[in-house]
Amino acid sequence: EAGPGSLSRCLAYLTSFPSPSVWQDQAEQLFKSGHTNNWAVLVCTSRFWFNYRHVANTLSVYRSVKRLGIPDSHIVLMLADDMACNPRNPKPATVFSHKNMELNVYGDDVEVDYRSYEVTVENFLRVLTGRVPPSAPRSKRLLSDDRSNVLIYMTGHGGNGFLKFQDSEEITNVELADAFEQMWQKRRYHEMLFIIDTCQGASMYERFYSPNVMALASSQVGEDSLSHQPDLAIGVHLMDRYTFYVLEFLEEIHPASQANMNDLFQVCPKSLCVSTPGHRTDLFQRNPQNVLITDFFGSVRKVELTTETVSLKPDLSSMGYRYLYLTLFLNNWVASGE
Amino acid sequence: MTLCMTMCLGDYVPVGQGLCVSVHVRLCVPINLEREDATCMGVWNCIYLTLYLSVAEGAWYCGKGPELGIRRPEFKFWLCHLIVVWSLVNPFTSLSLSFLMCKMRRMDLSYFQLWHLLCSLHPLAMGLLLDSHRRRALARLLLRLNTPLCVVSYLAGVFWFLGLAFSPLTQNTYISENAMGSTMVEEQFEGGEHALNFARDFTAQRRKTGSLPVAWLERTMRSVGLEVYSQSFSRTLPFPDETHERYMVSGTNVYGILRAPRAASTESLVLVVPSSPETLNAQAVGLLLSLAAYFRSQIYWAKDIIFLVTEHDLLGTEAWLEAYHDVNITGMQSSALQGRAGAIQAAVALELNSDVVTSLDVAVEGLNGQLPNLDLLNLFHAFCQKEALLCTLQGKLQHSDWASLGGSLHGLQTLMLMVLRQASGRPHGPHGLFLRYHVEAITLRGINSFRQYKYDMTAVGKTLEGMFRKLNNLLERLHQSYFFYLLPSLSRFVSIGLYMPAIGFLLFIPGLKALELWVKLNKADFGPEEQLGPNHSLVQPFGQDARGVALTPLVAPVLISQATGLALYLLPVMGQHVAAQHFPVAEAEAVVLTLLAIYVAGLALPHSTHRVVSSTPRGPDSGWMALKLVALLYLAIQLGCISLFNFSLGFLLAVTMVPAAALTQPSGPRFLYAVLLVLVSPGATLLGSLFLWRELQEAPLTLAEGWQLFLSALAQGVLDHHLYGALLFPLLSLGLYPCWLLFWNVLFWK
Repeated sequence: EAGPGSLSRCLAYLTSFPSPSVWQDQAEQLFKSGHTNNWAVLVCTSRFWFNYRHVANTLSVYRSVKRLGIPDSHIVLMLADDMACNPRNPKPATVFSHKNMELNVYGDDVEVDYRSYEVTVENFLRVLTGRVPPSAPRSKRLLSDDRSNVLIYMTGHGGNGFLKFQDSEEITNVELADAFEQMWQKRRYHEMLFIIDTCQGASMYERFYSPNVMALASSQVGEDSLSHQPDLAIGVHLMDRYTFYVLEFLEEIHPASQANMNDLFQVCPKSLCVSTPGHRTDLFQRNPQNVLITDFFGSVRKVELTTETVSLKPDLSSMGYRYLYLTLFLNNWVASGE
Repeated sequence: MTLCMTMCLGDYVPVGQGLCVSVHVRLCVPINLEREDATCMGVWNCIYLTLYLSVAEGAWYCGKGPELGIRRPEFKFWLCHLIVVWSLVNPFTSLSLSFLMCKMRRMDLSYFQLWHLLCSLHPLAMGLLLDSHRRRALARLLLRLNTPLCVVSYLAGVFWFLGLAFSPLTQNTYISENAMGSTMVEEQFEGGEHALNFARDFTAQRRKTGSLPVAWLERTMRSVGLEVYSQSFSRTLPFPDETHERYMVSGTNVYGILRAPRAASTESLVLVVPSSPETLNAQAVGLLLSLAAYFRSQIYWAKDIIFLVTEHDLLGTEAWLEAYHDVNITGMQSSALQGRAGAIQAAVALELNSDVVTSLDVAVEGLNGQLPNLDLLNLFHAFCQKEALLCTLQGKLQHSDWASLGGSLHGLQTLMLMVLRQASGRPHGPHGLFLRYHVEAITLRGINSFRQYKYDMTAVGKTLEGMFRKLNNLLERLHQSYFFYLLPSLSRFVSIGLYMPAIGFLLFIPGLKALELWVKLNKADFGPEEQLGPNHSLVQPFGQDARGVALTPLVAPVLISQATGLALYLLPVMGQHVAAQHFPVAEAEAVVLTLLAIYVAGLALPHSTHRVVSSTPRGPDSGWMALKLVALLYLAIQLGCISLFNFSLGFLLAVTMVPAAALTQPSGPRFLYAVLLVLVSPGATLLGSLFLWRELQEAPLTLAEGWQLFLSALAQGVLDHHLYGALLFPLLSLGLYPCWLLFWNVLFWK
C-alpha cells in the first residue's frame, strides 16, 4: 500500500534537514514535485486480434511503471482483449513488443483489473471520478488523493475528438476534459500526465481545462498514428510507433534517473514516428524541465542523507500544510491497521 | 418548426380546392392541379428545398458535434423532431421516413440530404407534367426527339460498357478487411514431395477400386490427425448427361475436420477438392492431405478447417452442402452428416492435375452469376504477388502496362470473358455452389502449359497456407469489400456504381419508346389544339372512346406466348420418353430437339389471334401499338430485374434485344426486321455468345463445332436448372422468350 514509501520519505524529511541555505534549497528540491503517491490508469480500448499492437502498447507502459516502482495496487490496467490467450496467437501466453522476440511485455505477473467487455467508457469514467459501485474491489478503484500524481495512458483507434472503445462506443475529448475537471474538484490528483497513442491524438487533449495536467499525444489533428514492428510469425504488427519509442526510452530510465519531461517530448521525432507527436503544458504549473520522468512513471522514495542539521523557516505555510497532511495520513494509516 | 408549419399551411390549404387533403400525409397527393397551383408548388418547393438544406447543413455541423460540445443524445432527439415535423410538411418525405430512420442510427446525413433532394424535386416535376400546356409541349418534344434520344442512349450504353476496361472507370483492388490486413505470414509449408506421394497413392488406389477410394482416404486422413467422416449420396438426373456420361449417379464424399485446438467449433473454413472419373485431381487431393498434415501440427487455428474430397464434382459438392446446412433444395438423396464444424466462413476449391504448374487460374463466377466478396480474390492476388506466382484470370495473364491502349484492350477482353461466363449463370467450379449459402469461395486451377518456369506443390501449398492463415484471422464474414463487380484483370475492378449506368442507358430506350407509343395512343392530348379550356386538359382515364389503350385484343397474344414459354419450360423434360419412343433419338437428344422444336414452333403459332377477339377497330395502328407498349414495358421490367442480380446477363440480353424491340413495327422493311428479331432472340444470343466466347479465348469455333457446342449448352442449361437450381433456363423460357414472341407478334400484326 501507499504507506511505507511515503513514510520513509516523511521520516527522511523530518530528520535530515541541515541548517545552511544549501540544504534549505535541497529540501525545496526534495519537495518540488509535491506528491506523495503515484497512480497509473492504463487503458487499451481495442478488441480483436489485428489490434494486438494496442494491447502490447498498454502492456509495455504497464511493464515500465511497474519496473520503476508503482505496485499493482496502484495500477488500474484495462485491456479490451486478451491477446496472450487468443487462439490465433502462435506463441501462447506471450505478448511481444519487438519482432525479434526480445521483450515479452506480458511478463509473468500481469494483473488486469478491467478485462474485455468491462472496458467501457462508463467504467473508465467511473474509475477516474471515483464513482464506482460499493461492491467494486480495491483493485478496480483509483484511490488517489490530492497528493497523487496520476499517469493516464490510453491507446486505441481514434479520430478527431474521440477515441473508440471496443467496437460500440467512443469517448469524446469534451467528456474526457470534464472527467478530469471532476477529478480536480474532487481532489483526486495533484498532477496528471496524460498520454495517448491514437490517430489524431492531439485532438483528445485540446479541450482540457483543469489545472496541473500535462498531455502528450502520438499525432497531430489530421494525422494518423502508425504501426510498427510487423511480425510474420505472429502475423500482426506488434506495436505502434510512438509507444515503441516511448518504451525504448523508458527502458533506459531507472529510479534515480534525472531525465525530465523535455526528454520525453523528444522521444519520437517525425523521422521515426512518421506522425508528429504533440504535447501540451500550458495547464501545468511547473516547468517541464523540472519534472522528472519518475514523478509519474515511478513511485520514487526520495531520500537525502545528511550529517548536518537543517533548521527550517518556521513560517513555511505550505510546509505546515504538509505536516497536517502527514499527521492525518499517519493517523489513517495506523487506524486502518496496516 | 413553427415557420415550417406556417409555410405548410400557407401553401397547401388555400390552394386546396383541387387538392385531396388526407389525414394521412402519405395520401396527400395532388390530383387536379391548375396551372397556378403547379407554379405555386414549384416555387414553394424551391423555398422548402433551400430552407431544408440550410437546416440540414446546420444539423450536419452539429453532427460533427463534439467540437461544438453538443452531445449525441440531444442531437439525435433534435434531429428526429426535425424529420417528423418535416414529414408532416412535405408529403414526399414521409415516403422516405422509414428509410431515413434506419439511416439515422449511423447519422449518415449525406444520404438524408440526397434522398430528400430527390423527394423535393418530385413534386416539381409533377407540377410540370400536370400542367396541360406544358404537357403538350413536352409530348411534342418527346415525339420529335425520340429517335435521336434512343440512338444516343444506345450508343452511350454500349460505349459506357466498352469503356469499363479503361482507366477512369476501373480502380485498383485493395483489401478492405482489417482482420486480414496484409500478407504478414511466415509460410513454412514444405510438404510438396509429401503431397506428390499422396497423389501417387491416391491414383493407384483409385485405379484399384474404380471409384473414389473412400477407405484409403479415410485411413489417410485419420493418420494425419483429422476427425474423418463420409457421406454417401445418389441422384438420378432428369435425363442422361452426355457430356459427363452419367445418368444414375451415386457417390461418396469424404471429409476430415481439423479442430481448432484453442477455440470453440463455431466457425470453419473449407478446402474442397472435387474428384470425378474424367478429372481425377490426384495432385490436388495429395496437396490437400499434405496441407492437412501440416496444418494439424500448428496451434494457431481459431476456426476448424474442413478438408473435403467430393465425388462427381459439383453433384458431390451440392450433396455435401445441402446436408451440411440441413436443406434439400434439389432433390438430392444423401446420408446425413455425422460431423460438423460451425458456420463456414470461406472456402477454397482446388483443382490440380499435374505435378508442377506454370500458373494458377482463379474462377469467381458462381451459380446464377453470384460472385464471392472481392476481398477473397484480393487475398489470393496478394499472395500470388508475395509468392511471385503466375496467376491468371479467365486464363489471361495480366498485361504489364495497364495504362497503355494495348493493356486496356487486353483488360476489355478479360472483362468480356467474365461477362460471358457470369451471364451463363453456371457455377464455374465447386466454389460456385458455396455462394448460395453466403459462403465466400473461389476455385483455383493449376495450369501446366509450355512455359519454362514451373512451380512445384510447395509453392502452391505456401499460397494456400498464407490464405488460410489470413482467413483464420477473420472475425466476421467477409463483407467489407464489393459483392458486385467486374474484373478487367486481377488487380483492377469495376464497381457496381460504375457499370450500372451502361444498362441504365439501354433500359432508357424501351422507356422512351413506350412513352412515345403512349402519347400516340392518347392522340387527343397531342396536337395543335392549344385553345382548349382548362377543363379539357385533365388527364384522361383508361378506356375512353378513341383514346387510351384497348387491352382486350392483347389478351390472346400475351396468353399464347406465355403458354408457349411454359411449354418450352416443361415439355422437353416431361416429354423426353415419348419423344424417344417415337423418334430414333436418345433421351438427351430428345430433350434438346424438343426444346428447339417448340422454340421454332413458337414463331409460327400466334400471328392473327387478336382478330378473333377484337371487336371495334380503334384506328389502324392502335392494336399493335398497344401490344408493343405492353411488350416494351414487360421487357424493360424483366431486364431491369435481371440486371440487378446478374448484370452480365441483363446487359447481354439488353444490348441485343432492346434495339430490335424498339425498331419492330408491322410496316416498313418487315423482312429486315424479322431477320434482326430472329438474330436477337434469346437462343440466337446464346449461340452468338458461344462463338464470341471461344473467339475471345483465341480458340475460334467452326460452324459445325459451334452448333454441337450449342446443343450441349442447351442440354447443360436444362440440367443445371434441375441439378443446382440455375435460373437461366426458366428466365429465358418463361420470361424473355414469351416477351420476344410478343415483338414477333407485333411484327406480323395484320
